[in-house]
Amino acid sequence: MEKFETLQSLMLPLDKVNIDTDQILPARYLQKPRANNFGNYLFQDVRHDENGLKRPEFVLNQDQYAGAKIVLAKDNFGCGSSREHAVWALYDGGFRAVIAPSFGDIFFNNALKNGLLPIRLGQSDVSQLFSLTQQNAGTKVVIDLLAQTVVANSVFKASFEIDKFSKQCFLEGLDELGYTLSLLPQIEAFEKKRFS
Amino acid sequence: MQATQSSQQALTLFEKIWAPHVVMEREDGASLLYVDRHLVQDGSAPAFEMLHQRQLKARAPDKAFGTPDHYIPTLGRDLNSIQDPEKRAMARALEDDCEKHKIPFFGLSDARQGIVHVIAPEQGLSQPGQLIVCGDSHTATHGAFGALAFGIGASEMAHVLATQTLWQRQPLTLRINIEGRLGKGVSAKDIILAIIGKIGAAGAVGYVIEYTGETIRNLSMQERMTVCNMSIEAGGRAGMVAPDEKTIEWLKDKPFAPKGAEWDAAVARWRELFSDSGAVYNQVVEMRAEEISPMVTWGNSPEDVLPIDGTVPFAVNSNNPVKRKSIENATSYMGLTPGQKLTDIQIDHVFIGSCTNGRIEDLRSAAAVVKDRQVAKGVQAWVVPGSGLVKRQAEQEGLDQVFLNAGFQWREPGCSMCLGTNGDQVPAGQRCASTSNRNFVGRQGPGSRTHLMSPAMAAAAAVTGRLTDVRNLI
Repeated sequence: MEKFETLQSLMLPLDKVNIDTDQILPARYLQKPRANNFGNYLFQDVRHDENGLKRPEFVLNQDQYAGAKIVLAKDNFGCGSSREHAVWALYDGGFRAVIAPSFGDIFFNNALKNGLLPIRLGQSDVSQLFSLTQQNAGTKVVIDLLAQTVVANSVFKASFEIDKFSKQCFLEGLDELGYTLSLLPQIEAFEKKRFS
Repeated sequence: MQATQSSQQALTLFEKIWAPHVVMEREDGASLLYVDRHLVQDGSAPAFEMLHQRQLKARAPDKAFGTPDHYIPTLGRDLNSIQDPEKRAMARALEDDCEKHKIPFFGLSDARQGIVHVIAPEQGLSQPGQLIVCGDSHTATHGAFGALAFGIGASEMAHVLATQTLWQRQPLTLRINIEGRLGKGVSAKDIILAIIGKIGAAGAVGYVIEYTGETIRNLSMQERMTVCNMSIEAGGRAGMVAPDEKTIEWLKDKPFAPKGAEWDAAVARWRELFSDSGAVYNQVVEMRAEEISPMVTWGNSPEDVLPIDGTVPFAVNSNNPVKRKSIENATSYMGLTPGQKLTDIQIDHVFIGSCTNGRIEDLRSAAAVVKDRQVAKGVQAWVVPGSGLVKRQAEQEGLDQVFLNAGFQWREPGCSMCLGTNGDQVPAGQRCASTSNRNFVGRQGPGSRTHLMSPAMAAAAAVTGRLTDVRNLI
């Protein structure tokens, strides 16, 4: 996993609730091997019309948000299917963090394992960020993982929660499986007790 | 944590299952949980790939089980008939991965193959008290047995394959208690759709749901599976029903169920799996069965659901701007007019099947409506049984003939048109009355329009060509 300490970026405002993983990455791309750039399929059917032309009204097609590494979203972002491909599509598309009031549980866990930082902020904080970026698409925020803050110049500051372990994994670029493999003796002891 | 408190403490079903699975706790409060059953399917290739990259073996292959369901054809049983080489490779990869890691596997030529959430209960693989995971969000289905069952992503699957464990934070508990008797034509699907309509698509985020009450107790095991299956559509981590005599009866003599003395010991353990009187849930929702009607979805989230005698909502009537916009988007995508009666909505396709409603009781209830009627002109109607054994049972009962005589297609088992990964899709702009679980934008194919409902309601739509109150046909 890539290290994550601070991130300064524009925000891509996705002003909808319940954005499901079928929208983020349609099912017809699920058979593609991981070596693919899933960013190419990110929001494929939201991004394009029935003739394959880019919809100018969709924010991902708007130049003013080009280069954004932070998705700003509403409630229940990433609900639905467990497909990790939805996280890969955002990651491969250049995104490193998603800020929303709430997330689909499975998406949240998948994001933590792939270097896409999911940040829960309160409704009013998220609304403020939407206002800021909608007034000025050039608004940049700084995510400081060590301090657990999201800051936009002098006008916005909010703190977020993240469990210590995930924080460490992001800061050091570690992954969970490597750590759990070091605990195999404990797992073996548990198995002995459980199946004796 | 409540689960570790003294034994005098009144515990919920969830707490009774969680505690014995904790291998250890991390400083930050996360628990390493031991997994009893890991179900894999033909979408699992990325997880095996992660395992192979690290040159790891499956730690406990006997606790895993595999069958292909997502990419397989429903018009035949030949993997070579899958045109897309990448999709064919997904189905083949599962076969190879299961063989390589010695994971029990039902292939396409096996009559017992089917949707993994249908066949694991059918085979007795899903048992009370177990922790069951699968790389599929509808894993909560197995919670119908009083198991803690939930969907995981590819990285977590690789973690389970390698270590037989998973890190989790203890979720909150939500009790949904339903009392009373269901009316005529009202099914388990209507119960769960009504629940999602009431609490919303994010209503249970962070919670494990326990469904309780007279109405739930009166449901069959298959009906309980339908309810638990869609827990994720309310945002729930899992959904469960405490085991009872119906659960034990279902499991008895199932191929993978315990036998002999082990059976007796298991039953004794299972009988302890209920929420103690006085157990405390983080939240409780109460509902009445009599207030539930046959339900249909009109929009693009399962929470966009109404009784069949309802009308398409007006966005302007909502004082919440976010909701207003979501209604506008959904009515536009779905090609509906605010104020339009739901029963005036014409349909092009009918899909009866999926892990939600692909079991024998589902097919029986649909066939009872279809019998002596014909599929409406211009409607393409399919039945895709949830497993080979469901299909065989239906054929023994003559249900296939009921469907075929009415003009339905009678297909081979798989996930099929629920998500269309195998190419079984609803064409753009067309409308499907579907017994599946998601009405998301493009779920059944790009531009497809999905209305979710029960098997009996889908059958009613098939024979009338529009969304129909099944109570008028039975």
